[in-house]
Amino acid sequence: MSDIINLTLSALIDKIKKKELSSQEITKAFIARAEKSKDLNTYITTDFENAIEKAKKFDEKGNFDYKLPGVPLAVKDLFCTDNLKTTAGSKILSNFIPSYESTVTQHLWDEGAILLGKLNCDEFAMGSSNETSFFGNVESPVGKKVVPGGSSGGSASALAAKLTPATIGTDTGGSIRQPASFTGTVGLKPTYGSCSRYGIVAFASSLDQAGPMTQDVSDAALMLDVISKYDTKDSTSVNFKRGDYFKSLSSNIKGKKIGIPKEYRVDGMPKEIESLWQDGITLLKNLGAKIIDISLPHTTYALPAYYIVAPAEASSNLARYDGVKYGYRSEGENLISMYENTRSEGFGDEVKRRIMIGTYVLSSGYYDAYYLKAQKIRRLIKNDFDEAYKSVDAILTPSTPSSAFKIGDKTDDPVSMYLNDIFTVPVNLSGLPAISIPAGKDKNNYPLGLQLIGKAFEEQNLLNISYSMEKELSFKNNLQDWWIK
Amino acid sequence: MSIDLKTIKHIAKLSRISIDDKKAKELEKDLNSIFEFIEALNKVDTKKVDPLTSIAETSLKLRGDEVKTKNIREQILKNSPDENKDFFVVPKVVE
Repeated sequence: MSDIINLTLSALIDKIKKKELSSQEITKAFIARAEKSKDLNTYITTDFENAIEKAKKFDEKGNFDYKLPGVPLAVKDLFCTDNLKTTAGSKILSNFIPSYESTVTQHLWDEGAILLGKLNCDEFAMGSSNETSFFGNVESPVGKKVVPGGSSGGSASALAAKLTPATIGTDTGGSIRQPASFTGTVGLKPTYGSCSRYGIVAFASSLDQAGPMTQDVSDAALMLDVISKYDTKDSTSVNFKRGDYFKSLSSNIKGKKIGIPKEYRVDGMPKEIESLWQDGITLLKNLGAKIIDISLPHTTYALPAYYIVAPAEASSNLARYDGVKYGYRSEGENLISMYENTRSEGFGDEVKRRIMIGTYVLSSGYYDAYYLKAQKIRRLIKNDFDEAYKSVDAILTPSTPSSAFKIGDKTDDPVSMYLNDIFTVPVNLSGLPAISIPAGKDKNNYPLGLQLIGKAFEEQNLLNISYSMEKELSFKNNLQDWWIK
Repeated sequence: MSIDLKTIKHIAKLSRISIDDKKAKELEKDLNSIFEFIEALNKVDTKKVDPLTSIAETSLKLRGDEVKTKNIREQILKNSPDENKDFFVVPKVVE
């Protein structure tokens, strides 16, 4: 059984296709491990009985030509799943059962995958450590009382602890890449418009994007093949010619031009991250890439602009939670006080903070000074990338300015928590694709990631560069299973 | 510029979130530290810059107004926090 859980997604699929392993054997192996890993608190909702039933059906008469034939997968609890509770990590949705399926999860089931359950995340995906979830902190398998990052913290932790062979998360300001970096896994945020947002609990609609979180780059390409599709149900879905990502993987990156932005060399960045970055640059050179120094002059303004744009959109998106049609409701002597009490009790502190920031920056008299200003800064940040891409094919940076921290270390100061996303946020503001791959470890043996940022809709390029780096890096998490009961 | 307690309570009202005085004081501290950080944007001259409203600069497509999912009334009402099985119910609004 320990063999099963240690296989990558592509290796599992291979074994299923060769009939060396059955879907039931695999599904049961991951369920058994999840039962022993409850202390990590990765799951909000499990659907194990149904999963075994579906696996049985697959073994009897499944289609082995599917891309994910009989493979069990757990997903972030931000994706609506038909007839299965979807909470977004919030009390206000703690009893919500959707009557429809999100497009990206539907793509998984259409290719033969089997749902194991719904994974913990920061409330409404607002957080960088999975400490804002109504359902409690998630612990990272990389160390006791260590955060897995956020907001896709449950997904990252479950993946690294081998409770699911792969997973999907969502990334609004770094919520796939930062937890991937903290847990020694691969996280890909596709170009805005690649993967449908239909059926994903909305946070900031102009930034949200779903993407794969996997054990290696090949698996990310495979998952992207399944979930990246044009969807008429999402008005910002883009109908471009998608690649055959997995089949087209190539480790030949000779002559690729990689930009190194000087603005990502921030004050107070640990030496080990600086040297990780240097090693990445050297590795790319050795692989035949050409390194070019570039400048993205407005980088420092990305985070403050993000903290206007994202809360503004969130305050609008979260206006729907009023205790009337679904979700938690509190009592009130009249309609308005019912709304106010419902929202006060149903939302956690971080969500309330962001709703209030958003309401303020959109309110009469402040709109131009904040929201319009932030949108103009957003243009400048995107222009920086456009300019850089005239001379480079991709950009290499660290994924995060630090490695994983302990639970409770940053909860008292919102701004210090926000700084976690300093390297990931500019990518969302510009709608670009980016991937975080594990590249080394810090002095505590916690993983560190490198981020590659690509041109819009050029995921293949990004995957190939990271694929070639991954081969040479040969990163291993070597977890000790300390959490197993 | 700083946000005072009165403004905090006004934003809470606009956000339809009830807060007590203790919470309002906490939010005053948090929001002021966040806005202090946001004020950095004022250093950039944006007079001649167009705002970026959407990254997918495509025009929105029209589609027919057709019913695609049928007979899910019961399923939808089941999520209602109120016990009533036929309608969504709210506290009395008209005397």
